[in-house]
Amino acid sequence: MSRVRLLVGTRKGAFVLTSDGKRQRWDVGGPFFGGWEIYHLKGSPVDQDRIYASQSSGWFGQQIQRSSDGGKTWEAMNNKFAYDGEAGTHMWYDGTPHPWEFKRVWHLEPSLTDPDAVYAGVEDAALFRTTDSGKSWHELPALRGHGTGPKWQPGAGGMCLHTILIDPTDPQRIFIAISAAGAFRTDDGGKNWKPINHGLHSQYIPNPTAEVGHCVHRIAMHRSRPNVLFMQKHWDVMRSDDAGDSWHEISGNLPTDFGFVVDVHSHEPQTIYVVPIKSDSEHYPPEGKLRVYRSRTAGNEWEALTKGLPQQDCYVNVLRDAMTVDGLDKCGVYFGTTGGQVYGSADAGDTWAPIVRDLPAVLSVEAQTLP
Amino acid sequence: MIRVVLPAHLQALASVGREVHLDVEAPVTQRSVLDVLEARYPMLRGAVRDHTTQKRRALVRFFACEEDVSHEPPDALLPEAVASGAEAFYIVGAIAGG
Repeated sequence: MSRVRLLVGTRKGAFVLTSDGKRQRWDVGGPFFGGWEIYHLKGSPVDQDRIYASQSSGWFGQQIQRSSDGGKTWEAMNNKFAYDGEAGTHMWYDGTPHPWEFKRVWHLEPSLTDPDAVYAGVEDAALFRTTDSGKSWHELPALRGHGTGPKWQPGAGGMCLHTILIDPTDPQRIFIAISAAGAFRTDDGGKNWKPINHGLHSQYIPNPTAEVGHCVHRIAMHRSRPNVLFMQKHWDVMRSDDAGDSWHEISGNLPTDFGFVVDVHSHEPQTIYVVPIKSDSEHYPPEGKLRVYRSRTAGNEWEALTKGLPQQDCYVNVLRDAMTVDGLDKCGVYFGTTGGQVYGSADAGDTWAPIVRDLPAVLSVEAQTLP
Repeated sequence: MIRVVLPAHLQALASVGREVHLDVEAPVTQRSVLDVLEARYPMLRGAVRDHTTQKRRALVRFFACEEDVSHEPPDALLPEAVASGAEAFYIVGAIAGG
């Protein structure tokens, strides 16, 4: 029977949650790297025991950890992320130029074909890559250098490159997203990039339809339809049917279209999930009810999924990397909260149960489906 | 032999105990001690000093002979008691944050 392994990054360490295919009983492993912020962990799809973790601390900076045994033991890898050439400037909150300064790795995206290759999205926003399993990291400088970089500004959480999607049918095509610059695409493995924000409307910026400056929170795709992208923006849930060349809103009947996460059912490319959050200053669910919303129509028509989730007095947030799906049938859906709960559904969201209730604030959740 | 006391998180990172012993050629300075420390424990590179600027990280402090020497120039001589191994060089995570 297949198994599921959840890789959970929190404000104070990493946890590895494991279950059999029934996904009813879970073992909780960890904490690993106790006391450190673990923004993200992700396993290689080629070798699922190869896991990479971003470990950081306000005191001691950035570390990269690698496991070759499914998270049982870890090895510190090279942690030097040096911008290519002259770092240059982006725009600060007040509109003045500000030098690019590396702060941390937000997201690690292993290659779909090579367990030694990993992309890293960092703050201040840039894309790095290792091809030697973390022994060295090199920037893909054309992203910052394509022309709009000096106009990028940080969002409230910093200027982070938080989303990396590799097209499974063409690994030269990569989508990334930056808060608060927007979404970008390369079609040639990172040599050239272009903003893909046409159709986004952000009323909080001077030009609501600007080429860059949009606070994209998360993008998701289904591997069978890499031209169809789903976006949770600061406000608005969006869809593109042409690989990001244009976007249209699919918020439909959501109670609020602010939020951080969006994800796609592993077997139904039209079925997507979001967790609506009340507003950009009130980072908790509307009415104190924690509800996942599911659309089976690729947006616009949404249903609230509430069974097993707290429906009163719940004021947690669900951060951008903290939702994931497994590959089992029925599809498992998981998310973690800033209150330290990790909830799971073994029936595509129809019913939910807490897997663990009292972790530190959850930053990220990734699922691995194991044989 | 130079004695260096590490904060708990760096002990865990380097898989060592509270105190490590280093052979550091004279002159014994912050820079020469940290150079040897990082050469022996590469996972500590970037954790005490910034990779690029080599400046002390903002929330890391250095103590020697009960004095805060964090703001001393990196090439200033450390006290003789540290150079002789009678006293340890302390790397401390600042008490800050929550």
